[in-house]
Amino acid sequence: MAQFKRNGGKGTPGISTSSLPDIVFMILFFFMATTTMREVELMVQIDSPKASEAQKLEKKSLVSYIYVGPPTKALAPQFGTAPRIQLNGAYSSLQNITEFVAAERDKLSEKDRPDMTVSLKIDANTKMGMVTDIKQELRRANALSISYAAAKDKGEGNANANQ
Amino acid sequence: MAKRKVPEINSGSMADIAFLLLIFWLMTTSMNVDSGISRKLPPLVDQESDPGMDAHERNVLMVFVSGNNQLLVAGQRMDISGLSEKAKIFITNPTNDPNMPEKEMTEIPLLGKYPVSKGLISLQNDRGTSYDMYLKVQNELTKAYNQAKDELAQQKFGRSYTDLNDEQQKAINKAIPVKISEAEPRNLTGGK
Repeated sequence: MAQFKRNGGKGTPGISTSSLPDIVFMILFFFMATTTMREVELMVQIDSPKASEAQKLEKKSLVSYIYVGPPTKALAPQFGTAPRIQLNGAYSSLQNITEFVAAERDKLSEKDRPDMTVSLKIDANTKMGMVTDIKQELRRANALSISYAAAKDKGEGNANANQ
Repeated sequence: MAKRKVPEINSGSMADIAFLLLIFWLMTTSMNVDSGISRKLPPLVDQESDPGMDAHERNVLMVFVSGNNQLLVAGQRMDISGLSEKAKIFITNPTNDPNMPEKEMTEIPLLGKYPVSKGLISLQNDRGTSYDMYLKVQNELTKAYNQAKDELAQQKFGRSYTDLNDEQQKAINKAIPVKISEAEPRNLTGGK
């Protein structure tokens, strides 16, 4: 009856770790794919309007962003609730837009400069007066191709997800 | 005594499981894509020379969004749901109505001679208009142009506009140029 001898109980089998690299790579890819390179922290709340005809912005490297909206909840006691313009990482005034556009344009290579696009990320409740002022400033800065940022579908909005 | 072999857990399929999970996550998470409605601003010239001014009256469709977010199209109150239909008729002018935009025969590669409409939509807003409403109007106008382009693409190439190749899209764009003038703002209600 020797062939029925159990071989358990004598030392536990080692768990194979040969797939550990796979798992690590998986997590790595996951983070690489999901995190967007956001170099600025949003200081304004933006509830993007919805538009069915919105198109994907191509060539992200050519896009500069102007954020407009009321300050975030954490900053509201300090800055109030009136809509503010955010350029890069700080609140700015209208006059700084020209400078901002020039700086952004300088970052691009010579041949990409005509294709520079300014994406206006504006809260849906903002009044057009402010938007018009910004548009005028952009015209003055000769940044003529713009994009009104809008969420693509009419379904669930995830505009506030980045808080 | 012979060395007892420890049975190894088969880990060959571990990588497959990992990839399955990876793909699952890739499909289910939204990647926060930037999307928007693209527009071209007119270059800054003299304030008076608005392109909407020197055109014939029949060639201009005035769209005005008031400070109370009411929509006026060619002087009449209108609901936003009817705007894209109205704009499309204006752009294409299917019946060659003398009150609608003129057309100019133009030679376009791939399409041959095509009557290109001279129509221009002049979009005006008040300083008090909400951005949400303004973008809705922009969206409806874009929809009108997209539908007109799609129809022409179906008619000429038998495919929808998005399925055409670059050259065909260029031809369609030439046949139906998007002309939306975002005129200087009016300040009627004094909103800020």
